[in-house]
Amino acid sequence: MDAYLQALRLVFDPYVLTVILCSAVYGLIVGCIPGLTATMATALLVPVTFFMPPVPAVATIVTATAMAIFSGDIPGALLRIPGTPASAAYTDEAYAMTLKGQAGLALGAGLWFSAVGGLFGTIVMIFMAPSLAEIALNFSSFEYFWLVLLGLAGAVFIGSASILKACISLLLGLLIACIGLENPGGHPRFTFGVDELLSGVNLIPMMVGMFAVSEILRYMVNLEPPAKIADTQVGSIFKGMWTLTVKYRWSLLRGSALGTVIGIQPGSGADMASWMSYAMSKRFSKEPEKFGTGHVEGIIESGAANNSSLAGAWIPALVFGIPGDSITAIAIGVLYIKGLNPGPTIFVNNPQSVYAIFLVFVIANLIMLPLGWLTIKAAKNVLRVPRKILMPIILTFCIVGSFAINNSLFGVGLILFFGVLAFVLEENGFPTAPAILGVVLGTMLEENFITSMIKSDGDVSRFFTRPIAGGLAIATIVILFWPVGAWLVQRLRPVRSP
Amino acid sequence: MKLSDTVWGALLLALALAVLWNVQSFPRIPGQNIGPAAFPGLLAVLLGGCAIALIVRGVRHSARHGAQHVTLGQWLGSLHHVGNFLLTIAVLAFYIVAANTLGFIVCAVLILCALFLKLGVKVALAIPIAFVTAFVIHLIFYKMLRVTLPWGVLPVLY
Repeated sequence: MDAYLQALRLVFDPYVLTVILCSAVYGLIVGCIPGLTATMATALLVPVTFFMPPVPAVATIVTATAMAIFSGDIPGALLRIPGTPASAAYTDEAYAMTLKGQAGLALGAGLWFSAVGGLFGTIVMIFMAPSLAEIALNFSSFEYFWLVLLGLAGAVFIGSASILKACISLLLGLLIACIGLENPGGHPRFTFGVDELLSGVNLIPMMVGMFAVSEILRYMVNLEPPAKIADTQVGSIFKGMWTLTVKYRWSLLRGSALGTVIGIQPGSGADMASWMSYAMSKRFSKEPEKFGTGHVEGIIESGAANNSSLAGAWIPALVFGIPGDSITAIAIGVLYIKGLNPGPTIFVNNPQSVYAIFLVFVIANLIMLPLGWLTIKAAKNVLRVPRKILMPIILTFCIVGSFAINNSLFGVGLILFFGVLAFVLEENGFPTAPAILGVVLGTMLEENFITSMIKSDGDVSRFFTRPIAGGLAIATIVILFWPVGAWLVQRLRPVRSP
Repeated sequence: MKLSDTVWGALLLALALAVLWNVQSFPRIPGQNIGPAAFPGLLAVLLGGCAIALIVRGVRHSARHGAQHVTLGQWLGSLHHVGNFLLTIAVLAFYIVAANTLGFIVCAVLILCALFLKLGVKVALAIPIAFVTAFVIHLIFYKMLRVTLPWGVLPVLY
C-alpha cells in the first residue's frame, strides 16, 4: 500500500504532469507527420530524458508513443497517408469513410478505441505481467513461424476482390522483403549492385509511395476530380461512440486482447497487431462484405489493437528486460540509464516506480481523449483546402518524410518507384495492402522458418508436434485454406443456366 | 492502362523464373541443407503457381469474351492528364537529381510552383503558397526534427 501511495506522489507532481502534457503534444505532432514513426519519436526523446528523474523519463516515452500511434490515424483517414505503419492496415477503410463524409466517425472511432485499447493493455499489464511474460518465453521459432503466417493468412482477406491477386500481391511483398543482406547466410540478395539496397527496402518510403504517391497520381489522372476531398463537415467526434462500444464490444475485446498478446511477443509490435486484428475483424464480422467500403468495425478492432500492443510490449520489458517491440528496446536502455534495471527484481526493489509507470499508462490513455479531440479539430481543416493546392503540398511532405528515414535521396527514389508500381497494380485490380504486409512480416517469417528448419534438421513434422505450435498451425491452415477451398468449390461448381 | 490476366500471368511467371534462376547462384550455409536461397526460391515457386493460375483464368476469359490484352485508360486519351502524370514523376526525379546542388528550399519552391500552375492555381496564389510551404516544412524538419535537409545554393539561414 505504501508503494502505491509513493507511486501516486511520484506521478501527481506538477513537473511530471507537465512533462506528460508536453510529450503528449510532441507525440501527437510526430505521429501526424508521414514518415516519422512512434519508434523515431522515442529515439528523438532519449537525449531529453538524460536530464530527468526516472519516472518522468519513462513517462515521456510512454505518453509520446501512445499519442503517436493514435495520431498516425489522422493523416491516414484524411489524406490516405498513414502517419505511422501501425495505421496502415485500416488507412483505406478510414479514407473510404472520409470520402463518404464520415471523417468524424472514422477519426472519433480511432481516438476513442485507441484509448480504450490502451487502457485494456494497461490493465492486463498491471494484473498479469509476470505470468504472461512467462508464457511468452515458451514461444520458440516454430510458434513464431505460425504466428507470422497467421498474420499473413489474414492479408488475403483484407479488402480484396480477387483472392488470387491478393496472394500475388502478398508474394511480391515477401519477395521485396528478401532484398538485402539480412538473411540467414548474410548474402546480398537482389541488390543489383546498389549499396543502399544492402539494408533492404525500408518500409516507410515504400508505404508512403504505395499509399500517398499513388493516390496523388490517381488524382492527377482523374478526368473529373472533386474539388475537395469531402464536402461534408467533420461532425461531432465522440457522438455515437458509446453505441459503437456496446455494438462492437466483442470486436473491441478481441482487438485489445490480440493486441496485448502480439505486443508481449518479442519482435512484434503495433504494426503487426493492427494488421492481424483487422484481418481477424473481417474474418469474424457479420458483415464482411462491407469491409473496404468505409466500414467502422475494422477500425475499432485494429485501432484498439495497436494501442493495446504498446502496453503489452512493456510486459516482457519490465519483467525480463526483453523488448516486446522496437519502442521498448529503446525504453529498456532508458530504464538502465535511470537505474531502474528491468527484471523480476524490479518489482521487489522498486515497486513504487513500476506502479508509477502503470499510472502513467493510465493517464496517457486518458489525456489522449481531450488532446486527440483538439488535434482532430485542428487537422480537419485540411479537408477545406482545395485538392489542387493540397496534393502538391502532400507530395512535398512525402519527399521530406522519405528522405528523413536515412537522410538519403534513395528514399525519394523508393517513393517514386513504389508510387508508380502501386498505381499500376491498383489500376489492374491488385490490392496493395497485402504487399505492404509482406514487407512488414517477410524478414520475421524467413528468420523463424530457417531457424526452425535448421533446429529440426530439415524435419517438417516439428512444426506441428509442439503443443502451442500445433494449435497455431491448425488455426493458420484453417484460415488459409478456408477462402482457397471456398474459391475452388465456387470455381468447380458448374454454372447453372438461369 | 489495364493488361489482361494472361499478360500479367506471363509477366509474373517471367519474374518467378528470373528469381529462381538468380537464387541458384546464392552460396549455401556450410553444413546446412538450407541457405539464403531457400526462402526466395519457395516464394518464386508459389508466385509461379499463382501466375499460371492467372494465365489459365485469362485464357478462359478471352475464350468467352474475346481477347483484348491491353485496354488503355481513358486518361491516356487526354494530353492534359498525361501531362499531369508525367509531371508528377518528373518533379520527383528532379528532386533526386537536383536536391543536393540546389538545396531543399529552392527545389521545393520549383516543384510546388510547377504542380500548382499545371493544376490551374492562379500565379498570384501559387507563388506565395509555394514559398511559405517550403519554408515551413524546412523549419519543422530541419530545426525541430534535426533532419539534415540540404541548403544547396542558399546560405545557411538558421
